[in-house]
Amino acid sequence: MEAHTVLTGFVALYIFMLAAFTGYEIIGRVPSILHTPLMSGSNFVHGIVVVGAIYATLNATTMLEQAIGFFGVLLGAGNAAGGYVVTERMLEMFKPSDKKKG
Amino acid sequence: MSPQFIIDAAFIAAAFLFIYGLKRMSSPVTARSGIVVAGWGMLVAVLASFLYTFGVAEAAKPHLTTNAIVAAVALAIGVSWAWWSGKKVAMTAMPQMVALYNGMGGGSAAAIAAMVLLQPAVEGGHSGDLLHYGVTVFGGLIGAISLSGSLIAWAKLDERIKGTWRYTGLQAVNGAVMLITLGIGGWIVFAAGGHAPPMIVVGFFVAALVFGVFMTMPIGGADMPVVISLYNAFTGLAVGMEGYVLQNPALMIAGMVVGSAGTLLTLLMAKAMNRSVSNVIFSNFGATGGEAEGEIKGSMKPIDAGDAGIQMRYASKVIIAPGYGLAVAQAQHKLFEFVKLLQAADVDVKFAIHPVAGRMPGHMNVLLAEAGVPYDIIYDMEDINAEFKEADVAIVVGANDTVNPAARTNKSSPIYGMPILNVDMAKQVFVVKRGQGKGYSGVENELFFKDNTNMVYGDAQKVMVSMIQAVKSLDGGGH
Repeated sequence: MEAHTVLTGFVALYIFMLAAFTGYEIIGRVPSILHTPLMSGSNFVHGIVVVGAIYATLNATTMLEQAIGFFGVLLGAGNAAGGYVVTERMLEMFKPSDKKKG
Repeated sequence: MSPQFIIDAAFIAAAFLFIYGLKRMSSPVTARSGIVVAGWGMLVAVLASFLYTFGVAEAAKPHLTTNAIVAAVALAIGVSWAWWSGKKVAMTAMPQMVALYNGMGGGSAAAIAAMVLLQPAVEGGHSGDLLHYGVTVFGGLIGAISLSGSLIAWAKLDERIKGTWRYTGLQAVNGAVMLITLGIGGWIVFAAGGHAPPMIVVGFFVAALVFGVFMTMPIGGADMPVVISLYNAFTGLAVGMEGYVLQNPALMIAGMVVGSAGTLLTLLMAKAMNRSVSNVIFSNFGATGGEAEGEIKGSMKPIDAGDAGIQMRYASKVIIAPGYGLAVAQAQHKLFEFVKLLQAADVDVKFAIHPVAGRMPGHMNVLLAEAGVPYDIIYDMEDINAEFKEADVAIVVGANDTVNPAARTNKSSPIYGMPILNVDMAKQVFVVKRGQGKGYSGVENELFFKDNTNMVYGDAQKVMVSMIQAVKSLDGGGH
């Protein structure tokens, strides 16, 4: 498929620059008690790579590409799903004092 | 609405939900909803991506059915395996699991790069476009390094690989492997204009994977917080770059947000060890220690676990400094049970967490949260260090280098200058420890020899059980 949006080098740089500042600002204020879930949460977010792997696999033309595509999608899907499950499990555990003292 | 419009709309929704979700994850109160929000973004984007079937390149059309099946099957296997493994993994094994999932993302980005290089038709006419193929190759390189490096990190944390590579000339070998990798990559971009024979492309990725292995093998366990977050940043950058190659803004935004966040976190971790990132990656830490050790006066004085427990029962302020040993012994639940007994006896108990305690950033917080410890009695190093001198007892559970006062006083020590928890300033210090060995840095811990320090030898979990029993029998079998 011919990609219909044309992201030239400079438009890409604008996107990268703004995204980099966004990431910096969001993470810069996180208390260190949340560093693990946050790292694992951002780990989940880059699981979006599976979308790119699906796109490239759908456009495969040889067996070799299909094989690489299979692993690309497999790994990306594992990144996304695994990242989600462990982050959700960890965040569920963080609780303040109020409920205890039973 | 054309399929492409739906895809674009889904991707911008996903990008928004990711950023909003991460933002919500920055406070413990809203964090849980944050990951759910980001999860919806992922679901929307993945479902929409199958609409790409309506617009594949001419050359791929005869293969479309097979391709769609390959993608769907891989997706199903990947999701179900990861879902199952993520549900059953123990909290103490979380660092290696996060490393593993992260490496998989890097591998996926590398796979995209490989497909682009093998079949330039995938993304339309870019023949001879140096920027396009330069970004492809570079993203593939760091993605592949992240894959093999994370796998090694996983194997080390999971204790499938023991020991570290430390031989003379290690840096020269690593440097040579890196030059070979960069050389092949440069050849693909500049000499071949992106149209290299498949064997060269395969060779490039093999070299990159080997470099990831060589780079990670010499790095020891206690440096893992830096390594894991570095590879997290690597995968993010790789995803962002392949997003540019595929002209996909959602990948670019998500990848770059993670890339910069991961870089920041990596720098924070390295700072907490008073070392630079390159020092962590390229120097053999333990090997430099040892020789310049001053004589330590005094001796280690053991104490019975029960006696130590009772002493804490009568203290008014106790601060606990946990380390990786807590995770190894799985002692977090027993520790909190003991803390609850102390709290019932009106002892003020706080937890002091060193930024690099454990094997990933914030590792201790996760373990304590699992045991049910409320996060408002858990303090960061800078918030609690001033309180140690008011504490009657400081108890170190499975930590070593992060509480070694040599970092403050001994200029010849390899850990000199690293910020530490000031447990030695408490009136009484107990150290729960399995044996008399040295810490990860290979440095003898001066804390253990101080007059106000007593050693409680044994597995942390068993020690906690003895302390609980001692306090319970004192209070008449409970209350």
